[in-house]
Amino acid sequence: MLLTLLVTVTLAIVRMRNLFGVIALTGVYSFLMASVLIVYDAVDVAMTEAAVGAGVSTVLLLAALHLTKAREYPQPRPAAIPLIVAVGVGVALVWATYDLPAFGLAETPINQHVAPYYIQNAIKDTMVGNLVSAILADYRGYDTLGETTVVFTAGIGVLLLLKGRAPRRTSGTAPPTDGGAA
Amino acid sequence: MRRDLILRIGVKLIIPFMMLFALYVQLHGDYGPGGGFQAGVIMAGAVIVYALIFGIEEAQRVVPRRLVEMLVPLGVLIYAGTGVIGLLHGQNFLDYSVLAADAAHGRERGILLVEAGVLVTVSSTMIALFYAFSERGR
Repeated sequence: MLLTLLVTVTLAIVRMRNLFGVIALTGVYSFLMASVLIVYDAVDVAMTEAAVGAGVSTVLLLAALHLTKAREYPQPRPAAIPLIVAVGVGVALVWATYDLPAFGLAETPINQHVAPYYIQNAIKDTMVGNLVSAILADYRGYDTLGETTVVFTAGIGVLLLLKGRAPRRTSGTAPPTDGGAA
Repeated sequence: MRRDLILRIGVKLIIPFMMLFALYVQLHGDYGPGGGFQAGVIMAGAVIVYALIFGIEEAQRVVPRRLVEMLVPLGVLIYAGTGVIGLLHGQNFLDYSVLAADAAHGRERGILLVEAGVLVTVSSTMIALFYAFSERGR
Protein backbone atom coordinates (compact mmCIF):
# COMPACT_ATOMS: atom_id res chain seq x y z
CA MET A 1 0.00 0.00 0.00
CA LEU A 2 2.71 2.46 1.04
CA LEU A 3 4.87 1.38 -1.86
CA THR A 4 1.98 1.96 -4.29
CA LEU A 5 1.63 5.48 -2.93
CA LEU A 6 5.39 5.97 -3.29
CA VAL A 7 5.28 4.93 -6.94
CA THR A 8 2.30 7.22 -7.58
CA VAL A 9 4.04 10.20 -6.01
CA THR A 10 7.24 9.46 -7.95
CA LEU A 11 5.36 9.35 -11.25
CA ALA A 12 3.62 12.63 -10.37
CA ILE A 13 7.00 14.22 -9.59
CA VAL A 14 8.37 13.11 -12.95
CA ARG A 15 5.32 14.28 -14.91
CA MET A 16 4.86 17.64 -13.19
CA ARG A 17 6.33 20.81 -14.71
CA ASN A 18 5.42 23.19 -11.90
CA LEU A 19 8.47 23.10 -9.62
CA PHE A 20 6.55 24.38 -6.60
CA GLY A 21 4.31 21.34 -6.82
CA VAL A 22 7.33 19.11 -7.34
CA ILE A 23 8.88 20.36 -4.09
CA ALA A 24 5.63 19.79 -2.20
CA LEU A 25 5.47 16.26 -3.62
CA THR A 26 9.07 15.49 -2.63
CA GLY A 27 8.00 16.37 0.92
CA VAL A 28 5.12 13.91 0.58
CA TYR A 29 7.58 11.33 -0.76
CA SER A 30 9.83 11.79 2.28
CA PHE A 31 6.95 11.30 4.71
CA LEU A 32 5.88 8.15 2.87
CA MET A 33 9.49 6.91 2.96
CA ALA A 34 9.58 7.63 6.71
CA SER A 35 6.42 5.53 7.12
CA VAL A 36 8.02 2.68 5.17
CA LEU A 37 11.09 2.86 7.44
CA ILE A 38 8.86 2.73 10.53
CA VAL A 39 7.25 -0.42 9.11
CA TYR A 40 10.79 -1.89 8.98
CA ASP A 41 11.34 -0.83 12.65
CA ALA A 42 14.10 1.62 11.69
CA VAL A 43 12.79 4.43 13.90
CA ASP A 44 16.01 6.45 13.97
CA VAL A 45 16.27 6.52 10.19
CA ALA A 46 12.57 7.31 9.85
CA MET A 47 12.99 10.26 12.19
CA THR A 48 15.92 11.58 10.16
CA GLU A 49 13.99 11.11 6.92
CA ALA A 50 10.99 13.02 8.28
CA ALA A 51 13.07 15.85 9.74
CA VAL A 52 15.61 16.24 6.94
CA GLY A 53 13.76 15.04 3.87
CA ALA A 54 10.32 16.45 4.56
CA GLY A 55 11.29 19.38 6.77
CA VAL A 56 14.53 21.18 6.10
CA SER A 57 15.21 20.11 2.53
CA THR A 58 11.71 21.22 1.49
CA VAL A 59 12.38 24.66 2.96
CA LEU A 60 15.84 24.85 1.37
CA LEU A 61 14.46 23.76 -2.02
CA LEU A 62 11.77 26.44 -1.77
CA ALA A 63 14.47 28.98 -0.94
CA ALA A 64 16.42 27.81 -3.99
CA LEU A 65 13.26 28.07 -6.10
CA HIS A 66 13.06 31.68 -4.95
CA LEU A 67 16.28 32.26 -6.91
CA THR A 68 15.14 30.54 -10.11
CA LYS A 69 11.99 30.20 -12.19
CA ALA A 70 9.04 28.20 -10.95
CA ARG A 71 8.45 26.23 -14.13
CA GLU A 72 10.61 23.58 -15.71
CA TYR A 73 11.21 24.01 -19.45
CA PRO A 74 9.74 21.11 -21.42
CA GLN A 75 12.25 18.80 -23.05
CA PRO A 76 12.61 19.69 -26.73
CA ARG A 77 12.67 16.02 -27.79
CA PRO A 78 12.15 12.71 -25.99
CA ALA A 79 15.46 11.65 -24.47
CA ALA A 80 15.87 8.04 -25.62
CA ILE A 81 19.33 7.21 -24.24
CA PRO A 82 18.62 8.35 -20.64
CA LEU A 83 15.38 6.38 -20.71
CA ILE A 84 17.19 3.22 -21.88
CA VAL A 85 19.91 3.68 -19.24
CA ALA A 86 17.36 4.25 -16.46
CA VAL A 87 15.21 1.26 -17.43
CA GLY A 88 18.32 -0.91 -17.86
CA VAL A 89 19.70 -0.01 -14.43
CA GLY A 90 16.27 -0.50 -12.88
CA VAL A 91 15.87 -3.96 -14.39
CA ALA A 92 19.40 -4.91 -13.30
CA LEU A 93 18.70 -3.78 -9.72
CA VAL A 94 15.41 -5.68 -9.53
CA TRP A 95 17.16 -8.74 -10.98
CA ALA A 96 19.88 -8.40 -8.32
CA THR A 97 17.30 -8.39 -5.51
CA TYR A 98 16.52 -12.05 -6.30
CA ASP A 99 19.97 -12.94 -4.96
CA LEU A 100 19.39 -11.10 -1.68
CA PRO A 101 18.50 -13.16 1.41
CA ALA A 102 15.02 -12.74 2.83
CA PHE A 103 14.52 -9.66 5.00
CA GLY A 104 15.51 -10.23 8.62
CA LEU A 105 16.93 -13.73 8.06
CA ALA A 106 19.12 -14.63 11.04
CA GLU A 107 21.71 -16.68 9.10
CA THR A 108 22.90 -13.82 6.87
CA PRO A 109 26.43 -12.46 7.42
CA ILE A 110 25.09 -9.06 8.48
CA ASN A 111 23.29 -10.68 11.40
CA GLN A 112 26.13 -13.10 12.23
CA HIS A 113 29.22 -10.90 12.24
CA VAL A 114 29.26 -7.97 14.71
CA ALA A 115 25.53 -7.52 15.34
CA PRO A 116 25.34 -10.20 18.09
CA TYR A 117 28.34 -8.60 19.83
CA TYR A 118 26.63 -5.20 19.81
CA ILE A 119 23.36 -6.62 21.10
CA GLN A 120 25.04 -8.50 23.92
CA ASN A 121 27.64 -5.96 24.99
CA ALA A 122 26.59 -2.45 23.96
CA ILE A 123 24.61 -1.60 27.09
CA LYS A 124 27.28 -3.09 29.35
CA ASP A 125 30.09 -1.32 27.47
CA THR A 126 28.57 2.12 27.00
CA MET A 127 25.63 2.42 29.43
CA VAL A 128 23.57 3.77 26.54
CA GLY A 129 20.21 2.12 26.09
CA ASN A 130 19.69 2.95 22.43
CA LEU A 131 21.84 0.55 20.44
CA VAL A 132 21.68 2.79 17.39
CA SER A 133 23.20 5.69 19.33
CA ALA A 134 25.85 3.45 20.87
CA ILE A 135 26.89 2.06 17.48
CA LEU A 136 26.82 5.41 15.68
CA ALA A 137 28.68 7.46 18.24
CA ASP A 138 30.96 4.89 19.85
CA TYR A 139 31.67 1.69 17.92
CA ARG A 140 31.41 3.51 14.59
CA GLY A 141 32.68 6.87 15.86
CA TYR A 142 34.98 7.38 12.90
CA ASP A 143 32.09 7.10 10.45
CA THR A 144 30.01 9.64 12.32
CA LEU A 145 32.97 12.00 12.52
CA GLY A 146 33.28 11.66 8.76
CA GLU A 147 29.55 12.26 8.37
CA THR A 148 29.71 15.43 10.43
CA THR A 149 32.65 16.58 8.36
CA VAL A 150 30.64 15.91 5.20
CA VAL A 151 27.80 18.13 6.50
CA PHE A 152 30.38 20.77 7.41
CA THR A 153 32.14 20.63 4.03
CA ALA A 154 28.91 20.63 2.04
CA GLY A 155 27.62 23.59 4.04
CA ILE A 156 30.83 25.55 3.50
CA GLY A 157 30.74 24.73 -0.22
CA VAL A 158 27.17 25.96 -0.67
CA LEU A 159 27.91 29.07 1.38
CA LEU A 160 30.92 29.84 -0.83
CA LEU A 161 28.85 29.36 -3.98
CA LEU A 162 25.94 31.49 -2.79
CA LYS A 163 27.95 34.25 -1.17
CA GLY A 164 30.42 34.45 -4.05
CA ARG A 165 30.88 37.55 -6.11
CA ALA A 166 27.82 37.32 -8.31
CA PRO A 167 26.83 41.02 -7.98
CA ARG A 168 30.34 42.16 -8.89
CA ARG A 169 30.58 39.77 -11.82
CA THR A 170 27.42 41.21 -13.37
CA SER A 171 28.74 44.73 -12.80
CA GLY A 172 31.93 43.69 -14.57
CA THR A 173 30.18 42.60 -17.76
CA ALA A 174 27.54 45.32 -17.79
CA PRO A 175 27.86 48.99 -16.75
CA PRO A 176 26.78 49.43 -13.11
CA THR A 177 23.39 51.04 -12.87
CA ASP A 178 22.67 51.04 -9.13
CA GLY A 179 25.20 53.15 -7.25
CA GLY A 180 27.61 50.20 -6.82
CA ALA A 181 25.57 48.40 -4.15
CA ALA A 182 27.60 45.29 -3.43
CA MET B 1 2.91 36.77 5.47
CA ARG B 2 4.39 38.85 8.26
CA ARG B 3 1.09 40.59 8.99
CA ASP B 4 -0.92 37.41 9.34
CA LEU B 5 -2.04 37.36 12.95
CA ILE B 6 -2.81 33.64 13.10
CA LEU B 7 0.60 32.67 11.72
CA ARG B 8 2.46 35.04 14.05
CA ILE B 9 0.70 33.86 17.19
CA GLY B 10 0.78 30.23 16.11
CA VAL B 11 4.50 30.34 15.43
CA LYS B 12 5.19 32.07 18.71
CA LEU B 13 3.33 29.29 20.47
CA ILE B 14 4.99 26.45 18.62
CA ILE B 15 8.66 27.56 18.61
CA PRO B 16 9.38 26.94 22.33
CA PHE B 17 7.98 23.44 21.97
CA MET B 18 10.05 22.81 18.85
CA MET B 19 13.22 23.78 20.69
CA LEU B 20 12.25 21.74 23.73
CA PHE B 21 11.54 18.75 21.50
CA ALA B 22 14.92 19.21 19.81
CA LEU B 23 16.61 19.10 23.21
CA TYR B 24 14.55 16.06 24.16
CA VAL B 25 15.58 14.27 20.97
CA GLN B 26 19.19 15.25 21.64
CA LEU B 27 19.42 14.25 25.29
CA HIS B 28 17.06 11.30 25.10
CA GLY B 29 18.93 9.92 22.09
CA ASP B 30 20.76 7.64 24.51
CA TYR B 31 17.56 5.81 25.39
CA GLY B 32 15.13 6.32 22.52
CA PRO B 33 15.27 7.16 18.85
CA GLY B 34 17.11 10.34 18.09
CA GLY B 35 20.49 11.95 18.35
CA GLY B 36 22.50 14.93 17.29
CA PHE B 37 21.55 14.85 13.64
CA GLN B 38 17.79 14.78 14.12
CA ALA B 39 17.90 17.26 17.00
CA GLY B 40 20.06 19.64 14.98
CA VAL B 41 17.59 19.64 12.12
CA ILE B 42 14.63 20.27 14.44
CA MET B 43 16.51 23.08 16.19
CA ALA B 44 17.35 24.66 12.83
CA GLY B 45 13.71 24.22 11.84
CA ALA B 46 12.63 26.37 14.80
CA VAL B 47 14.91 29.22 13.72
CA ILE B 48 13.91 28.87 10.05
CA VAL B 49 10.19 29.00 10.89
CA TYR B 50 10.83 32.15 12.91
CA ALA B 51 12.71 33.69 9.97
CA LEU B 52 9.93 32.73 7.54
CA ILE B 53 7.19 34.43 9.56
CA PHE B 54 8.97 37.39 11.17
CA GLY B 55 11.49 38.13 8.45
CA ILE B 56 15.16 37.38 8.07
CA GLU B 57 16.31 40.57 9.84
CA GLU B 58 14.39 39.74 13.01
CA ALA B 59 15.79 36.21 12.98
CA GLN B 60 19.34 37.49 12.55
CA ARG B 61 18.86 39.78 15.54
CA VAL B 62 18.24 36.66 17.63
CA VAL B 63 20.68 34.31 15.87
CA PRO B 64 23.33 36.46 14.14
CA ARG B 65 24.85 35.19 10.94
CA ARG B 66 28.41 35.50 12.21
CA LEU B 67 27.58 33.35 15.22
CA VAL B 68 26.00 30.68 13.00
CA GLU B 69 29.00 30.62 10.69
CA MET B 70 31.36 30.23 13.64
CA LEU B 71 29.29 27.35 15.01
CA VAL B 72 29.57 25.36 11.75
CA PRO B 73 33.24 24.39 12.27
CA LEU B 74 32.90 24.43 16.08
CA GLY B 75 30.75 21.29 16.05
CA VAL B 76 33.36 19.33 14.09
CA LEU B 77 35.99 20.63 16.50
CA ILE B 78 33.97 19.43 19.50
CA TYR B 79 33.70 15.98 17.91
CA ALA B 80 37.34 15.72 16.86
CA GLY B 81 38.48 17.30 20.14
CA THR B 82 36.68 14.59 22.08
CA GLY B 83 38.68 12.11 20.05
CA VAL B 84 41.94 13.93 20.74
CA ILE B 85 41.35 13.68 24.52
CA GLY B 86 41.68 9.93 24.07
CA LEU B 87 44.94 10.43 22.19
CA LEU B 88 46.33 12.66 24.95
CA HIS B 89 45.65 9.93 27.49
CA GLY B 90 47.63 7.45 25.43
CA GLN B 91 44.60 5.64 24.00
CA ASN B 92 43.27 5.45 20.48
CA PHE B 93 41.66 8.39 18.71
CA LEU B 94 37.95 8.54 19.65
CA ASP B 95 38.44 6.14 22.57
CA TYR B 96 36.06 7.66 25.12
CA SER B 97 36.86 5.34 28.00
CA VAL B 98 39.35 7.85 29.44
CA LEU B 99 36.68 10.52 29.98
CA ALA B 100 35.56 9.14 33.34
CA ALA B 101 36.84 6.91 36.10
CA ASP B 102 35.52 3.68 34.59
CA ALA B 103 35.30 2.84 30.93
CA ALA B 104 31.53 2.49 30.58
CA HIS B 105 30.81 5.87 32.15
CA GLY B 106 33.50 7.42 29.99
CA ARG B 107 31.96 6.01 26.84
CA GLU B 108 28.53 7.26 27.86
CA ARG B 109 29.98 10.74 28.40
CA GLY B 110 31.88 10.58 25.11
CA ILE B 111 28.68 9.73 23.23
CA LEU B 112 26.96 12.76 24.80
CA LEU B 113 29.88 15.01 23.79
CA VAL B 114 30.13 13.89 20.20
CA GLU B 115 26.35 14.06 19.79
CA ALA B 116 26.57 17.66 20.99
CA GLY B 117 29.18 18.30 18.31
CA VAL B 118 26.91 16.80 15.65
CA LEU B 119 24.00 18.95 16.91
CA VAL B 120 26.05 22.15 16.69
CA THR B 121 27.35 21.51 13.18
CA VAL B 122 24.10 20.23 11.68
CA SER B 123 21.84 22.94 13.09
CA SER B 124 24.19 25.81 12.27
CA THR B 125 24.82 24.49 8.75
CA MET B 126 21.09 24.34 8.04
CA ILE B 127 20.52 27.86 9.40
CA ALA B 128 23.53 29.23 7.51
CA LEU B 129 22.28 27.70 4.25
CA PHE B 130 18.84 29.19 4.78
CA TYR B 131 20.33 32.62 5.52
CA ALA B 132 22.52 32.42 2.42
CA PHE B 133 19.60 31.48 0.16
CA SER B 134 17.27 34.14 1.47
CA GLU B 135 19.88 36.91 1.41
CA ARG B 136 20.79 36.02 -2.15
CA GLY B 137 17.17 36.33 -3.22
CA ARG B 138 16.88 39.99 -2.24
